[in-house]
Amino acid sequence: MDNYEAVIGLEVHVELHTKTKAFCSCPNEFGKEPNTNVCPICLGLPGVLPVINEALLEYAVKAGLALNCEIAAFSKFDRKNYYYPDLPKNYQISQYDLPLCRNGYLDIEVNGATRRVGITRVHMEEDAGKLVHGEGGADYSLVDLNRAGVPLLEIVSEPDIRTPEEAKAYLEKLKSILSYIDVSDCKMEEGSLRCDANISVRPAGTGILNPKTEIKNMNSFRAVQRALEAEIKRQCAVWAAGGTVESETRAWDENKGTTVPMRSKEEASDYRYFPDPDLVPIVISPDRVSRIKSELPELPDARARRFTSEYGLSAYDAGVLTASRALADFYEACARNYRDPKLVSNWVTGEFLRLVNARNLEIRDVKLTPAHLVEMLELIDKGTISGKIAKTVFEEMFDTGKRAEDIIKEKGLVQISDEGELSRIVEEVVTANPGVVADYRNGKEKAFAFLVGQVMKATRGKANPQLVNRLLKERI
Amino acid sequence: MEIYDLTAHELAEYIQKGELSAEEVTRSVFSRIHEVEEDVRAYVTLTEEKAYAQARYVDEQRRAGKKLGPLAGIPVGIKDNMCTKGIRTTCSSRILENFVPPYNATVVEKLEAEGAVMTGKLNMDEFAMGSSTENSAFFPTRNPWDLNCVPGGSSGGPAAAVAAGEAIYTLGSDTGGSIRQPASLCGIVGMKPTYGLVSRYGLVAFASSLDQIGPFTKDVRDCALVLNLIAGHDPMDSTSAPNPVPDYTSFLTGDIKGVKIGVPREFFGKGLDSRVADVVRNAIDKLADLGAIVEECSFPYAEYALPVYYIIAPAEASSNLARYDGVCYGYRAVPEKGEKYDIIEMYMKTRSEGFGAEVKRRIMLGTYALSSGYYDAYYLKALKVRTLIKDDFARLFEKYDVLVSPTSPTPAFRFGEKANDPLTMYLSDIYTIPVNLAGIPALSVPCGFVDGLPVGLHLMGPAFGEGTILKVAYAYEQNTSYHRARPPLQVEKRPKPTVRLQEGGNHRG
Ligand SMILES: [Zn+2]
Repeated sequence: MDNYEAVIGLEVHVELHTKTKAFCSCPNEFGKEPNTNVCPICLGLPGVLPVINEALLEYAVKAGLALNCEIAAFSKFDRKNYYYPDLPKNYQISQYDLPLCRNGYLDIEVNGATRRVGITRVHMEEDAGKLVHGEGGADYSLVDLNRAGVPLLEIVSEPDIRTPEEAKAYLEKLKSILSYIDVSDCKMEEGSLRCDANISVRPAGTGILNPKTEIKNMNSFRAVQRALEAEIKRQCAVWAAGGTVESETRAWDENKGTTVPMRSKEEASDYRYFPDPDLVPIVISPDRVSRIKSELPELPDARARRFTSEYGLSAYDAGVLTASRALADFYEACARNYRDPKLVSNWVTGEFLRLVNARNLEIRDVKLTPAHLVEMLELIDKGTISGKIAKTVFEEMFDTGKRAEDIIKEKGLVQISDEGELSRIVEEVVTANPGVVADYRNGKEKAFAFLVGQVMKATRGKANPQLVNRLLKERI
Repeated sequence: MEIYDLTAHELAEYIQKGELSAEEVTRSVFSRIHEVEEDVRAYVTLTEEKAYAQARYVDEQRRAGKKLGPLAGIPVGIKDNMCTKGIRTTCSSRILENFVPPYNATVVEKLEAEGAVMTGKLNMDEFAMGSSTENSAFFPTRNPWDLNCVPGGSSGGPAAAVAAGEAIYTLGSDTGGSIRQPASLCGIVGMKPTYGLVSRYGLVAFASSLDQIGPFTKDVRDCALVLNLIAGHDPMDSTSAPNPVPDYTSFLTGDIKGVKIGVPREFFGKGLDSRVADVVRNAIDKLADLGAIVEECSFPYAEYALPVYYIIAPAEASSNLARYDGVCYGYRAVPEKGEKYDIIEMYMKTRSEGFGAEVKRRIMLGTYALSSGYYDAYYLKALKVRTLIKDDFARLFEKYDVLVSPTSPTPAFRFGEKANDPLTMYLSDIYTIPVNLAGIPALSVPCGFVDGLPVGLHLMGPAFGEGTILKVAYAYEQNTSYHRARPPLQVEKRPKPTVRLQEGGNHRG
């Protein structure tokens, strides 16, 4: 396997979260009762006509620009004809030979190196409905058309990806960019991001083009990586055994951990694309493109570069913080109001992300506000709480949204820095442990730590550690 | 003269003045329907109750002193390919036999808002594919001028209904001549407006880039009035033009002095019935007498219009009609007891049983023309030639205000005469098809008779040149009397048909 290299191209479909569907005014929402978000147009009733949702065009241009594409001044919609019960018109409104966006790229970081992956095209199309098969053992299937007509972007990469890790990095970067520009949720579990992969292998460095397979049915970024790993292994084994890889469509089987044949490309249907006569050509002025471009937010790569220069973060930390716009926004809101941006970075990439993952939350659903985090850091600086106590306080803040001061008061967590009170406790500890004190005086360093621990125990961790050290040393 | 013999503008005047009630007009039209429908068979569905309710509402409005729309209270029939909320819309097809739309076509909305009285839904060739209405899955419609002849098609029902007094005016659709050819064969006025002038929303699509809704009327003034009602931008139709709509009656001056009229010689060639040619040439002479400047001209790409049309229209149809699959609505084939269909079998049986022969023929033609490997040679080439035809027209309209030709190469033909020969049938539309390919407006106005059967004069104008066409047609009409002729359909006097027709149209035999 070492002397083979993989050639991978990804085809990604993302649902755009416009308020209404692509060609009618039905709400574009996930998770409604079946067939409630429908109208004559998205049901494909006789006589209806599509009218493009201007927001779809706006979102698509935004995405194209964020992916460094050229935006076509003239493009059009085509009909992709095929029969399927989830497709009410038995054709899908899509774009064929004149896609809206072309010739883009995005940069990915894998093992510290940056690689550029070309984007062949980005085009607009409408989603199909969903089929529910054999519910309750039924010998029929049900059709839910809530999703029919939801706007999609199809984003096709060049076959520039060489490893499964790069594929995963590409998807993560794509998700990051599309979330930054706020056009899609990119949730693979909810189906708002779907990915198919084209893959072939060849002897490393030869540049020959071997037959490729198309892999479908991958439901997470992790699954894409695993499926590609398995498929590379399979194709290499076929070539190594003197066989030939068939050009075919294969499905990833999560349980078996392998890809299995679906249908061969030879049976692929003829979609009989032709320009949709119900829609007029899409003409976009250069002014409109520059207006949309000027409204794009700072994108992840640029933001990460700025974080390293402006806040002195490592490239790694800046990368972690800028992968999601919400996280970067959270970080920046804290960093701007606190003296030590690196310390903020430690808290956000550390405790904050740990709790986000442990609680399985979206960043925008977190109750803790940036202002509260800054307040807490300032309380540490003032000596009101210790760094150790702060972790407890932080978790409480994270879960309840309360302010650090309130939590500290409620739980009595204020640090004891009163010399008189601490001296009294030190005295008690020394009196109660004459043996340990003797050990310390005989040179046993460990004995000192034990005594500190006893003081902390007596104060339930609230004693100011520096003060305890000084008072103990003075006493013994 | 019976009430149903009057024109819309005459009736509207009586209604506005209170000399006739909308209900009386409606009663007259329905008594005529009950009298002759057995022979003419123009309607697929009658909406008598709804019509009376609408008529009474108009009468109440008038009595209450409310301002009435220009055609309020006038009975109108709608071709059965325009969606009517709560009223079945069949396209004269088995596959939509029981389809009841939950919404109104934009034109229907517009008419209802103006106080129109809807008589019912009119017969047609299935999915508007045909030139004789013999392709209706239900029954053929007869020509009121000779019950042994076809009324033309595909809007045979709307044309026959107006000619027979079964509606005061009707709406049809024209993809390759489906308004103008039956108007010509039934001796009435029929207009196909500029593509984009009238909203297609709710018109069941045959060929989206060619379909256009238009009026059938008894005279040119009615045509202008109906166009006033239905024209205009519709945000529900992306191909609808944003142009402001003039008052078309303002063009009806009667004066055509100096109007430049071109007569393309290619429209008077082989295949044209010489008797029709004579009638049309007389009509053109009349236009010259009225002061128009008439010149012969050339339309070199005319001969390619028919083949181009028979690639583009079926290609679009093959995709437009794909939705009739038995899944969500319409006819679905049901397996015999004990049998089961998988999805593919269900599709195949549903579409085999639900569509008639001509529809299947065109779906196959269109599917072939769009298939990979044939697309460039057929569909793409057809699009290019379509552009050449448009250019031909554009060049001619630099020189002429209007072009004239016969509407149809023959008068009404007998049932069965062309039914088994699709190519001969397709030639019925040879003069009307170029107009649809170019998206320009055209109108057929009665200009004489051949053996007692009407002949139409075809007037073509540049895009959005409806006003000029109406002006020329009006001047011609006001100086002739053909538009006042009514078919010999009196119950006692009318000759009983000798041809016996099968029920069930193309689905039998
Ligand atoms: Zn909808």
